[in-house]
Amino acid sequence: MIHARRSILVPSIMAFGFAFLYVPILAMIGYSFNNSRLVTVWDSANSPTLKWYSALWRNQQVLDAAWLSFRIALLNATGAAILGTLAGLVLARFGRFRGRTLLTALTTAPLVMPEVITGLSLLLLFVAMEQAIGWPASRGVTTLTIAHITFSLSYVAVIVQSRLAGFDLSLEEAAMDLGARPVTVFLRITLPLIAPAIVSGWLLAFTLSWDDLVISQFVAGPGSSTLPMVIFSKVRLGVTPDINALATLMVLTVAVGVVIATVLLRRQERRRERDLRLAAGAD
Amino acid sequence: MAARGLRLGRLLVIGVPMGWLLLFFLAPFLIDFKISLSEVRLAIPPYAPLLEWADGKLVAMHLQLTNYRYLFTDSLYVSAYGYSLQVAAVSTLLCLLLGYPMALGIARAEPARRNLLLMLVILPFWTSFLLRVYAWMGLLRNNGLINNFLLWAGVIDTPIQMMQTDFAVYLGIVYSYLPFMILPLYTNLEKHDGTLLEAAADLGAKPLAAFLRVTLPLSVPGILAGALLVFIPVVGEYVIPTLLGRPDQLMIGRVLSDEFFANRDWPVASAVAMMMLVLLVVPIVAFQRLQNNAAHAR
Amino acid sequence: MTAADNGAASAPLSAAQPCVRIEGVTKRFGEFTAVDDVSLDIQEGEIFCLLGGSGCGKTTLLRMLAGFEQPSAGRILIDGQDMAGIAPYERPVNMMFQSYALFPHMTVQANVAFGLEQEKLPKDQIAQRVEAMLSLVRLDGMAQRKPHQLSGGQRQRVALARALVKRPRLLLLDEPLGALDRKLREHTQFELLGLQKQLGVTFVVVTHDQEEAMTLANRIGVMDRGRIVQVGSPRDIYEYPSTRFVADFIGSVNLFEGRLTEDEADYVRVACPELPAPVLVDHGVSAAPDATVWVAIRPEKIQLLRERPEVADNIAQGTVRDVAYMGDMSIYLVVLPVGRELRVTRANLQRKEEEIFESGDAVWLAWDAASPVVGTG
Repeated sequence: MIHARRSILVPSIMAFGFAFLYVPILAMIGYSFNNSRLVTVWDSANSPTLKWYSALWRNQQVLDAAWLSFRIALLNATGAAILGTLAGLVLARFGRFRGRTLLTALTTAPLVMPEVITGLSLLLLFVAMEQAIGWPASRGVTTLTIAHITFSLSYVAVIVQSRLAGFDLSLEEAAMDLGARPVTVFLRITLPLIAPAIVSGWLLAFTLSWDDLVISQFVAGPGSSTLPMVIFSKVRLGVTPDINALATLMVLTVAVGVVIATVLLRRQERRRERDLRLAAGAD
Repeated sequence: MAARGLRLGRLLVIGVPMGWLLLFFLAPFLIDFKISLSEVRLAIPPYAPLLEWADGKLVAMHLQLTNYRYLFTDSLYVSAYGYSLQVAAVSTLLCLLLGYPMALGIARAEPARRNLLLMLVILPFWTSFLLRVYAWMGLLRNNGLINNFLLWAGVIDTPIQMMQTDFAVYLGIVYSYLPFMILPLYTNLEKHDGTLLEAAADLGAKPLAAFLRVTLPLSVPGILAGALLVFIPVVGEYVIPTLLGRPDQLMIGRVLSDEFFANRDWPVASAVAMMMLVLLVVPIVAFQRLQNNAAHAR
Repeated sequence: MTAADNGAASAPLSAAQPCVRIEGVTKRFGEFTAVDDVSLDIQEGEIFCLLGGSGCGKTTLLRMLAGFEQPSAGRILIDGQDMAGIAPYERPVNMMFQSYALFPHMTVQANVAFGLEQEKLPKDQIAQRVEAMLSLVRLDGMAQRKPHQLSGGQRQRVALARALVKRPRLLLLDEPLGALDRKLREHTQFELLGLQKQLGVTFVVVTHDQEEAMTLANRIGVMDRGRIVQVGSPRDIYEYPSTRFVADFIGSVNLFEGRLTEDEADYVRVACPELPAPVLVDHGVSAAPDATVWVAIRPEKIQLLRERPEVADNIAQGTVRDVAYMGDMSIYLVVLPVGRELRVTRANLQRKEEEIFESGDAVWLAWDAASPVVGTG
């Protein structure tokens, strides 16, 4: 093998890298079952315990914030999926048109724009709009959702665009050639093809919104604290063990979701391989 | 008839996302710029109008650059900008040093294992960013896991101060942004034709030479994309330095947020944001170019 | 819907009217002229091939017939109806794409039915026509498969079935055999011809492969840099290329520059500096005396001889430099004293040793006065 000499270096860096990524999370999960209030001192006499989980369950502030975040994340994911799909479709399929460069710039910039800038600017816009047209009258779910859609639609657009780039434009041309009008072409050909991309875009937009702290801090009004905002204020004051429990629940939810998705994907892949073998013998 | 309907539909499909982004992404910057030129005052909203109108006529224009003058004269801002750029540059380099071998290792793993490894990189990205930073707080504190372990092992007698240091900031940033470096690098490295390395070996290049002369130059677009995805947002990073960083040296994101929330000085906060945007224009444009090229290559 | 309906229903118009008439069509993309003032008639029931290298404009011309591109100038008429402003989904034309463009998320059955569903036909009629079409292309039993479960040849037949089931006036085929391997190609070629004969649909085929064009087409239009340079039967194009480009593009050929020395109605003589003897050609050419002309001689029309033949014209002497043995025939590269290399092919009719020329042999080359082609373009 020609990689023989590198075969020690690269795997050891990889092992270190993965340990680096996972040790803090695993430690946090472990300590969520710790009885001690001193978070990092393991009270071996009374642990493991679920007392922080029940404390979490009784914390109305956290529950309210989680419910708010959940609603915003749902609204955001749906809005971002629709707008992002349109933007991705335009960028991948509409060829040259006036304003194309502008649209490209407007969809890629939010991917890297520092959140403090986006958050501040959006708030200033909302304030200016309120002065000018009286809408949005107060800051809360509406402003949070608009702000979240604005930065997460770019992610959906990128995913949809790259999925479409993988399909030949001639698929849509063929449908048109067979007599399908543009709307039919979109509903029967394009949409089914990009459906997986829209689903992953929706999930990503949901997560981005669920996680967002900085932009939310700017555009949230009094009484509309999202879950990350509550966590942040608790964490700033010091480590609190019920946050460990909350984090564990969130990590587990994501992990279960990803495992299910992977199993489904693998099954699909296996079916595909079988099909290809079937096809190979036919000519 | 059909043609006109088609044009209308096309215009609508372009117009909806375009309109949204113009209104909620581009227009805010213009307002930001406008307010950065105005004067702070005790009112709601806390800034003076730029233009004064009476009977439909412009009577006065209160345009001033004081806010910007602050940024250049007050050492707080200058050092915050400098420190932010330094942290972003060093973190980007650290991410590259750790991320490149990982991306390479994943790209060269067997296809079946590749997806698993890639998923392991992406998984933390799907869990809360804030909670991942918080997890490090549990490890780095004076009575945290690392100090406890070292004390128990007898390596040290007194806890090492790790929280509220540059070390903690770099650690937190590299930890949080590593996937952004690995993914574009992996996407690039995975496309390399394996026979290129075989050809290099066949022509007498040793593995290191083959890497330096073939793999590395081909992966430059991936390196650039990863570096920009880390560098640009880190310049404005707020959460990590606030939770893990030094209280005596602020990053610019924190300064902006303090001006806005604590001092309620919206004009200065806007000027800080505008200045940051000016600093980041070149990298942002470079990133867009790169994204565009990648989209066209496909 | 008017245009889409006339597939089967409306009676064919007068016989004199061509199925497709292309009138002075030009297509520009910005500065670039992809198709340059092309005029062409394609007759009912014909297989017409557009042949040319990549970038010659043949695909753009095809896409204008399908309606995916609009001409910058000129008109396209199908059955006498001007196609300007008529969308692809309203044209009585169907296309088989180079990539086949089979919908990956639909079964074979659904792919073929798609076009009929757009015509809002009753369900049982659609099912019937799809079934009949699938059995015509020998895909019965494959109806429930997805495209990725099919071999390359089967996919090609699905693409064909999907386009033909609409009973188009005109079928456009973009490199129909391009994605198939060599063995399968030949077989498919004959299948395609059979289908066309059976259904009587007019075919317009775009290809860069001259062999494909030769075997499929009734007529070939050779394209170069956006223009049609020659239209004719495969035999005309091969034997009587009208320009130097066509002579060179189709098959292999030995080309010479020369000067017209004798110009009679039924023969001409050309003096070529690279050849020792004059070239005698048994057809006339419309050119001024002393004009500079090109002469093309196909490699299979040159004889290889050991002795000097008793003629004054159409001979040359040389040395065999290389022999490529191809089985049924051999290719000889012969060098003339002036350094010019000639290509000669010869069928291997005999197994006898003395019939075989070897590298280094001195040979005489001779050809008939009927063989060379002379031209000025």
